[in-house]
Amino acid sequence: MATYNLKTPISREEIEKLRVRDIVYVTGTIVTARDAAHRRMLEYVDKEKSLPINLEGGVIYHCGPVVKKKNNEWEVIAAGPTTSARMELYEHLVIEKLGVRIIIGKGGMGSKTAEACKKYKAVYTIFTGGAGALAANAIKRVAKVEWLDLGIPEALWVFEVENFGPLLVAIDSTGRNLIQETMENALKKKDEILAKLGVK
Amino acid sequence: MIILYMKPGYNTIIDGCFGLNNDISYLRDKIVEAVAEGLRRAVTILPPDVKEALEKAYRKEENEAAKAQLKAILDNVEIARKTGRPICQDTGLIIYYVKAGSKFPLLNELEKLLIEATKKATKEVPLRPNAVDPFTGRNSGDNTGRYVPFIHWEIVDGDELEISVLPKGGGSEAVAVLNMPPPGKGLAGVKETVIEAVLAAGAKPCPPTIVGIGIGGGADIATILAKKASSLRKIGSENPDPKIAELERELYEAINELGIGAMGLGGKHSVLAVHIDYAYRHPATYPVAIVFQCWAARRAFIHIKPDGSYSITQ
Repeated sequence: MATYNLKTPISREEIEKLRVRDIVYVTGTIVTARDAAHRRMLEYVDKEKSLPINLEGGVIYHCGPVVKKKNNEWEVIAAGPTTSARMELYEHLVIEKLGVRIIIGKGGMGSKTAEACKKYKAVYTIFTGGAGALAANAIKRVAKVEWLDLGIPEALWVFEVENFGPLLVAIDSTGRNLIQETMENALKKKDEILAKLGVK
Repeated sequence: MIILYMKPGYNTIIDGCFGLNNDISYLRDKIVEAVAEGLRRAVTILPPDVKEALEKAYRKEENEAAKAQLKAILDNVEIARKTGRPICQDTGLIIYYVKAGSKFPLLNELEKLLIEATKKATKEVPLRPNAVDPFTGRNSGDNTGRYVPFIHWEIVDGDELEISVLPKGGGSEAVAVLNMPPPGKGLAGVKETVIEAVLAAGAKPCPPTIVGIGIGGGADIATILAKKASSLRKIGSENPDPKIAELERELYEAINELGIGAMGLGGKHSVLAVHIDYAYRHPATYPVAIVFQCWAARRAFIHIKPDGSYSITQ
């Protein structure tokens, strides 16, 4: 469990050092994106339209924040992660096409994402689910917001952050997938546990 | 005053009417204030039984990665309490469980007042707007919409109002399960459904969770019972039926043995509690509903008296 402090944009070499269970703190820019934003990003890629933000070496955060507008400035009130599994449909393409290096979410992601992390050198990290107030503490400013027509939770929020974390590496660039390993181990115990409960 | 001198008899009546109107409009305001305050309390302060269960899990956890997650959870709870910010950014699709004293005034207006309180809290706390039209994808922006907030009604004796607010997030709701095992399987069907639901949910509902199990009734009843069991019942409360209490303990241990752990990183604490409720069933069906409550088990109970005074507990 080594700890790393990384600044955006993040290089391929920095990603290759990371292993599952390592802890990362990110300083710089992170961009929120949930289902609708991922879909739209890929539509833009298909149509060869440029995105409102460059994600090369960037960080995507699965998050729909609580925000408040004060004197024309957005303030982030709470901003923990959302369940990443919903983005499994799109993330491998986002990594491949847009050059994203770190995905932040919670709950784990599947094989397609793990393969893309290995092939294109990216990591999937988790921020503690539900820790919305803790996350907001590390967000210093809303640099901008795009695609607000998708609604506040689904919009593309561009946050300036300082030591955003602790983020735990759950998929590394060798393709190891920590949460999937935990679930495979749990599945192996299923029959034994059901037998103990008297279920044949 | 002129009326007082001209027709003293009128005065009492008019005065009384004015008094009554004032009382009623005062009560309306107080209901909205109390419910919005209840929502604020629910989303910013974790109930003490839940916090204690998380502290206990943190002390006992030996898996380093899982322990770090529990530490972050406890730090987060403390920051939220101190700063008055929501514990989790997902402040849920709002649900109210109302126990209405049959003699409480304004029952005919209560739905409207609860909607108003929801909008008020959304703006002031603030809450995240979460009510989305399933057909157009449009977010209403104020946490209201068709059947939202949903209100469960129960009429009880007396003249007081008890409203339980449940701002539950989508992550743990998304892994709920309704199963109809063959009735011949009996409790084995229940146990199998539970273990399979926990394995399918994995790390998605933000473990450690509280697992609510609703048995019997019908598809609708089982689900309502499971949700209430997971989210409104206090951790550490003993099921009044010893046989069911035993089943709860058995399932609690079995689930924790799976080793999913906090946020799916392994360790001893996949669930903080297992809560079961049941209804009589139809001979041909054996509904089993499983509803997960994430560790951020937010709730508040608001008690309002007919004079507008109120108290909030968790």
